[in-house]
Amino acid sequence: MSISLEGRSHVLQCITKLCSHCSATAQVADLVTVGCRMGSYSSHVSKIEDLPGIIQETGFTKAHICRLYNRFEELDKSNKGSLSREDFQQIGELAVNPLGDRIINAFFPDGKQTLDFRSFIRILACFRPTVKNKFADPNAPEPINSRNNKLQFAFQLYDLDRDGKISREELIQVLRMMLEAQVTDDQLESITDRTIQEADLDGDGAISFEEFRKSLENINLEHKMSIRFLQ
Amino acid sequence: MGRDRSVVSWVLLTAPHVLLCCLVALSSANEGHSDSDTEHGESHGGNETSFHIVTFRWEHVQAPYVIALWILVASLGKIVFHLSEKVTSVVPESALLIVLGLILGGIVWAADHTASFTLTPNVFFFYLLPPIVLDAGYFMPNRHFFGNLGTILMYAVIGTVWNAATTGLSLYGIFLTGIMGNLDADLLHFLLFGSLIAAVDPVAVLAVFEEVHVNEVLFIIVFGESLLNDAVTVVLYNVFSSFVQIGAENVQGLDYFKGIVSFFVVSLGGTAVGIVFAFLLSLVTRFTKHVRVIEPGFVFVISYLSYLTAEMLSLSAILAITFCGICCQKYVKANLCEQSITTVRYAMKMLASGAETIIFMFLGISAVNPKIWTWNTAFILLTLVFISVYRVIGVAVQTWILNHYRVVQLEIIDQVVMSYGGLRGAVAFALVVLLNDNISEKKLFVSTTIIVVYFTVIFQGLTIKPLVKWLKVKTSQQKEPLLNEKLHGRAFDHILSAIEDISGQIGHHYLRDKWTNFDRKYLSKIMMRKSAQVSRDRILSVFRELNLKDAISYVSEGERRGSLAFIRSSSDVNVDFTGPRHSVVDSSVSAVLRKSTSEVCLDMQAVENRVRSLKDREEIVTHHMLQQHLYKPRKRYRLNYSRHKLARSEGEQQDKEIFQRTMKKRLENFKPTKIGNNYSSKLRNLKKERAAKKKHSGAMSNGKLPTYSVSFHVNKDSDVEDQYDPSDGGINFLITPDSNNPDEARAGIDNPSFSTEEDNSTFQMTPPWMSNEETVIPSQRARLQLPRSPTNFRRLTPLQLSNRSIDSFLLADIPDEHPLSFLPESAM
Repeated sequence: MSISLEGRSHVLQCITKLCSHCSATAQVADLVTVGCRMGSYSSHVSKIEDLPGIIQETGFTKAHICRLYNRFEELDKSNKGSLSREDFQQIGELAVNPLGDRIINAFFPDGKQTLDFRSFIRILACFRPTVKNKFADPNAPEPINSRNNKLQFAFQLYDLDRDGKISREELIQVLRMMLEAQVTDDQLESITDRTIQEADLDGDGAISFEEFRKSLENINLEHKMSIRFLQ
Repeated sequence: MGRDRSVVSWVLLTAPHVLLCCLVALSSANEGHSDSDTEHGESHGGNETSFHIVTFRWEHVQAPYVIALWILVASLGKIVFHLSEKVTSVVPESALLIVLGLILGGIVWAADHTASFTLTPNVFFFYLLPPIVLDAGYFMPNRHFFGNLGTILMYAVIGTVWNAATTGLSLYGIFLTGIMGNLDADLLHFLLFGSLIAAVDPVAVLAVFEEVHVNEVLFIIVFGESLLNDAVTVVLYNVFSSFVQIGAENVQGLDYFKGIVSFFVVSLGGTAVGIVFAFLLSLVTRFTKHVRVIEPGFVFVISYLSYLTAEMLSLSAILAITFCGICCQKYVKANLCEQSITTVRYAMKMLASGAETIIFMFLGISAVNPKIWTWNTAFILLTLVFISVYRVIGVAVQTWILNHYRVVQLEIIDQVVMSYGGLRGAVAFALVVLLNDNISEKKLFVSTTIIVVYFTVIFQGLTIKPLVKWLKVKTSQQKEPLLNEKLHGRAFDHILSAIEDISGQIGHHYLRDKWTNFDRKYLSKIMMRKSAQVSRDRILSVFRELNLKDAISYVSEGERRGSLAFIRSSSDVNVDFTGPRHSVVDSSVSAVLRKSTSEVCLDMQAVENRVRSLKDREEIVTHHMLQQHLYKPRKRYRLNYSRHKLARSEGEQQDKEIFQRTMKKRLENFKPTKIGNNYSSKLRNLKKERAAKKKHSGAMSNGKLPTYSVSFHVNKDSDVEDQYDPSDGGINFLITPDSNNPDEARAGIDNPSFSTEEDNSTFQMTPPWMSNEETVIPSQRARLQLPRSPTNFRRLTPLQLSNRSIDSFLLADIPDEHPLSFLPESAM
């Protein structure tokens, strides 16, 4: 902890660059760690609190939860039972992800500084593939990985000030992150304007969640916002 | 002239006769000697001893002539089918073509009793198949393809092996029971037949599924399977046919092992060849800047070479050309100029669809030949049953396995369509014809294959559409990507790869991220032009496409409305959609315009924004495209012949030509306006004066009244006119550059706005027609929403200066009677 945060992220970036230079090696390394994790499932099950509750809430299987718990502990470098922003920032690939910071922020809602396992897995559960269940009870609470929740997660990445609307400035910021330096400011602005104009139904110059949902009606979100969690 | 006419009339008179002769000649082409020859010889009264003015040399042109005629017949057939929408909406084109082929084959047979035209494997594999597969690869939706690659590979490899093995073994089993009668075949023969009949055919699948529009995932799985199973088919076919050659008793264990090894060699080798050639192709297109005209040729030639190379090395040629197309598409599209890309696109589509047409027609024709038929009801029926049943079983089992690993599950409905989409086609037919003649049951295999192909293409092709409708299969929406979708889609990708990182998964997104980085760091740098590397963000390109589309529809809306002039002007915004038949502007026009302007408004601004950052070469390319589209209606007038330059020649002569044509065209619109009393009497007087003046000059070759009126009109307020020598016609003096201004001369400024620049102030203050009541001044609302504010116009003008080919576009926008109204903004 003696290295300053800045220095550390710099080191991280170097490492990431190295990794991406020899991506094959990186993958092998990852595979090795996956293999290691597999061996230690049973030892952790007891540590997880309220396993049945989590299963019910998230829909993950027990094996999934164990695996994610291992990951959680792995990320938790200081073994304090919760994750901090710094823990996330140490994930190499995340540092090069243009939306990395925003996504990390999404794990720490309402200015919280720590993240326990329950919240961690709850957010991840959002990305479970949606399985159409014909026998679903219409009165049942909305599952955590519903289309709406997936959209909500994406929406909050844009909506920095949490006023329920993506304003022009907010959209520009995100676009600038995603489009990198190839685009001039003028282009950026006109793209933003056009995007807002396209989605803005009530003409207030901002995109509300409802409008956001409408503009993505034709996207197969079950496909685009789902990860197959390894068994 | 007279001679030409007589030739034409001769052709017209004898055309039916010649056609008839040709048909007969075709039917007996292989015999070398034909009745039509002698017939013609007589009709021309050729004298053997003297010089022939005209000789009839059928043999000389026979081969290419026959080919061209067949292509023509097939294409005409296509036209005929599409005359009736009802028929084509129910019956797939491929089925119609087969029927047409059967009829034509029947005619040929009736005429001659030989089947001289069949689909030979050589022609099919060397000339007809490559364009179709290349087209498939080049337009492959890469994201879907690689996203589903695992599934596709499973179906292609395991599914095909399963189909081949089960069909062959089952047929053999039934054969042993004796139902089929006495066949001279052993297990290997059945397996060989099973392997050639097992593969789903890319041509048939493409032809049928293109009309069905199932959703992308389903389509890519069935289609990808049909492409990738080629390697399996080739290997199985080669292995079994060589086993048949050496005899079952001589086959050793080592040979089976070799067979398995050869599968990997053939498939991976084919893919590697494709990738190598794709790399070559991308690299070559990087340096074609100065040979724009042959640029599109490289795409075809190098891809075709990949096919031939793979064939030469006995690797999977289909895989090679598919992957060549898949891998090169990104770089080729970035490197070529817009026109070349369009050329490639259309040429590829034309070749592919032409080849497909010919394939299906010849599938029909080839069947009309009693010599190839042997009927064995049990064998044929059982084959049909087995391939259908085992396809269903195979799909169901594999899908069940795959669904454990897929994010998007394949539902029962999808499985039904996939099973039903297992069409067999020309590949199977070509392979069965290729069989060695010493296989005693070859005839039976050929007949059965034909029946299977007909059954799947015609029956299943006919019924798949109703089936898809009935099952309510998710169909694809054919629509342009919205910016929102593209943008948020990108965000989703980032989110997913972040979540994958956080949860420690190695998924698609992780790999794709890695690939994108690798591509950006190395591949693109090697294979893309510098200019193309700068801005190739997909979001940007979607944005650009949307803008262009809007701009084009905006302009074409104006042109459709009958006027080339729709907006001009400064603070007095003045919409003038003069209809060609009306002198008075229809007020509803502005309403129509108003409707569309709200969305256009921003686009124009965006175009302008891009203009601002002109350093970017890409921008210029974009504008070339814009210009190209905008100019289209008058394109045919660009008749200047040059083999090496297209539309880029800076020749002033051409500029003049373009300008004159443009003016003429506009004049035609303008004429009724004049008749409709749109001029003030003062103007008319002036016109007469000017006309008289011009006649005095005596150099007028173009005596059309409208020309006079306009030339006069445009120049009324520009004193420069007198300096010009109006030797080339009424308009010409306008576009002759001011000799004092070399800059203008170079750029070939044929734009009245520039030639009249010096003297615009008075003109602008009191344009005489502004006082004319009949000019409609739009409502307040229309003014507010008009897309081009004066500043916008100023932004556009310099661009056109820098890029002369747009001049005519600009011209088209400026109505004759208001040439100067926006000039103050365009002042340099």
